[in-house]
Amino acid sequence: MEVRVVNVRKEFERFPALHDVSLDIKSGELIALLGPSGSGKTTLLRLIAGLERPTKGAIFFGEEDASQKSIQERNVGFVFQHYALFRHMTVADNIGFGLKVRHGAARPSGQEIRRRALELLDLVQLSGLEKRYPAQLSGGQRQRVALARAMAIEPKVLLLDEPFGALDAQVRRELRRWLREIHDRTGHTTVFVTHDQEEALELADRVVVMSQGRIEQVGTADDIYDTPNSPFVYSFIGESSSLPVKVENGEVWIADRPIGLEAPHAPSGEAILYFRPHDVDLLDGCSGCIAGTVAASRRVAGTRRVELEIGGERQRVEIELPIDHPAAQKSRVAFRPRRWKLFPTA
Amino acid sequence: MTTAPAHAGWRFRQPSVIPGFGLTLGFSLAYLTLIILIPLSGLIWRSAALGWTDFWALATDRRTLKALEISFGTAFIAAAVNVVFGTLVAWVLVRYRFPGRRVVDAMVDLPFALPTAVAGIALTTLYAPTGWLGKLLMPLGLKVAYTPLGIIVALVFIGLPFVVRTVQPIMEELDKEVEEAAATLGASRFQIITRVLLPSLAPAIITGFSLAFARGVGEYGSVIFIAGNLPYKSEIAPLLIVIRLEEYNYPAATAIAAIMLALSFVMLLVINLVQTWSRKRYG
Repeated sequence: MEVRVVNVRKEFERFPALHDVSLDIKSGELIALLGPSGSGKTTLLRLIAGLERPTKGAIFFGEEDASQKSIQERNVGFVFQHYALFRHMTVADNIGFGLKVRHGAARPSGQEIRRRALELLDLVQLSGLEKRYPAQLSGGQRQRVALARAMAIEPKVLLLDEPFGALDAQVRRELRRWLREIHDRTGHTTVFVTHDQEEALELADRVVVMSQGRIEQVGTADDIYDTPNSPFVYSFIGESSSLPVKVENGEVWIADRPIGLEAPHAPSGEAILYFRPHDVDLLDGCSGCIAGTVAASRRVAGTRRVELEIGGERQRVEIELPIDHPAAQKSRVAFRPRRWKLFPTA
Repeated sequence: MTTAPAHAGWRFRQPSVIPGFGLTLGFSLAYLTLIILIPLSGLIWRSAALGWTDFWALATDRRTLKALEISFGTAFIAAAVNVVFGTLVAWVLVRYRFPGRRVVDAMVDLPFALPTAVAGIALTTLYAPTGWLGKLLMPLGLKVAYTPLGIIVALVFIGLPFVVRTVQPIMEELDKEVEEAAATLGASRFQIITRVLLPSLAPAIITGFSLAFARGVGEYGSVIFIAGNLPYKSEIAPLLIVIRLEEYNYPAATAIAAIMLALSFVMLLVINLVQTWSRKRYG
C-alpha cells in the first residue's frame, strides 16, 4: 500500500513537533526515518499509525484519506521499542489477538487463528515456543513475537518504532538482516524509526533524514552519504570535517590563500566547506592546498586519524592518513579534499 | 569456604549474598508465633477442651450457622461490590487529571482512619427509615438499616480503600503502549479493557478482594449499629461471640471463633492459591 503524508503539522500543547512535513512512500518499500532524538521521527510514525492526530494536513493510504479513520480501522501493524506484548497471554495468543478481536464474518475460526499464529511463528523462526509467556522469552525473541503479532492482521503498512533499540549489538545486527529477509519475502510497505544511521543505511531502500521537526533529505543510502544536501545531513551521516572558508570569483579561500578548489557556481562570501576525512588527497608541496600541523593522532582500525590545526585561527579538522604515513606531532601535512561541498553561512 | 557435603541433607537455599538470612528468618518466625500463632492456638486449645460432641452441637446450632452465613455472605457481596467500584475509583484517580483529584485520593483512606463505630452511627442515621437516604428509599420498598443490606452497606464503606489501594499502584504501572498495541491490532475500547487491562490487573484485584473480604468478615464496630442485630436475620458472627461472652458462655464463644478462624483461613488460602497460579502465568 502506497502511503502519502501531505503537509502534516503536529503540535503538542502549542509546541510544534513537526512542521509541514510531506513524504511519499511507495508500495512495498522499506523506509527508515532517521534523526537525533527530538527530530520528530517517532511523531511522524505515530501519525501514520493513527496513534496521534495531525494538527494540520492529511495522510493517505492509497487513495483513501486515512487521517479520517480511527486507529482500529487503519489496519496498520505497529511494533514498539519495548515490545508491548500482552504478558498474560501465551505467544500464540499474542499473535492471534488481532484476529480474535474481529467481529462476525471477519473473524476466522479458532482453528484457523491458531494455524495462522503457528505459521507466523515459523516465519519469525520461533517454532515450538507458542505455549511460552512473554516473560519467558529473551528480548530478541519478544521483538520477533511482536512483529509476528503485527503481521497477523495483514496490515496495509508495517510501522516499527526503534524496533531494535532495546537489544544488544549482536542481536541487533542479526535481527536487522532477518528483518530485511522478512520484508523481501512478504513485501509489506514498511516504515521504521531509528537513530542508528548504520541500521538505516544498511537496511532501508530509502532513508528519510529528519531534524527539528523537518525532513532534511530523502534518498537512497548512496544519495544520502555521497550528496548530502544540508550541513546537518553532512555532519549527521557518517564522519565529516568542516572549515570556514571564503568564496571569491569562483575560488575557495582560507584566510588569505586560495586552496585550489574551484566553485564556479557558488555565490561569493562566507561559507563552510564540508568533506569526509577519508576522502582527501595528500600533497607534498603546497601551492593551492589546505595545510596544517598535526595536533593529535589516533589509530582507528586500518587507518590513522589525525587532527590538524589550520591557519592562524586554530581551526581543527580531522583527516585520515595511511598508517605508514610518517606524520608526527607538530609536523606539517598538506591535503586537498577529493569530494566536498560548500554551504553558505546563513 | 567449603561446599556442603552431599549427605548434609536438605538445607536452606542461600537466597542472596546479603548475610543475616538465618537471623531474619528466625526473628520473623518468632514474631509471627508471638503475635498470631500463640493467641490463635489458645483459641483452638480452649475450644478443643470442649469435646467433639459439644463442639459439634454448638457449631451446628441454627443461630450460629445463620450468623456465620450472614457474616461470610455479606462480606463476600460487599467485597464483590468493592472490586467493581474500587477498580473504577482507582481508574479515575490514575487516568484522569481533574481539580480536586488529590482530595478524592485522600478521601479514599478515610474508612481506614475513622473509628468504625462512628462510621456505623453515621450510616445508620443516613439509612434509617427517617434518615436522609432512608426516607428516599422507603417508598421504593428498600429497607437498608436494620437489615442484611445495611450490613453490606457498612462493609462496602469499610472495605473500599483495600481495593483501591491495592489496584491503584499496579494500574499506574500499566504500560500505555500495550493499550496502543491492542488498538492498532483492531481491538475496540471495550475489548482493550476486558481482554488486556483487566487480565493484567487480575492479581491486584484478587488481592484487593481478599483483603476487603477478610476485613468484612471480622468487622464489628460499624455493623452492629446499622444491622439491627436480629437473630437469624441480621446478626453477625462476631456479635454472637460477644453475646456468648456476655452470657459467660466461653465454650460457645470460642467454638464460634474457631469455626470463623477455620473458614477464613481456608478461604484466604484458596484466594492465595488462585493468586500464585495467576502470578505464575502472568509473570
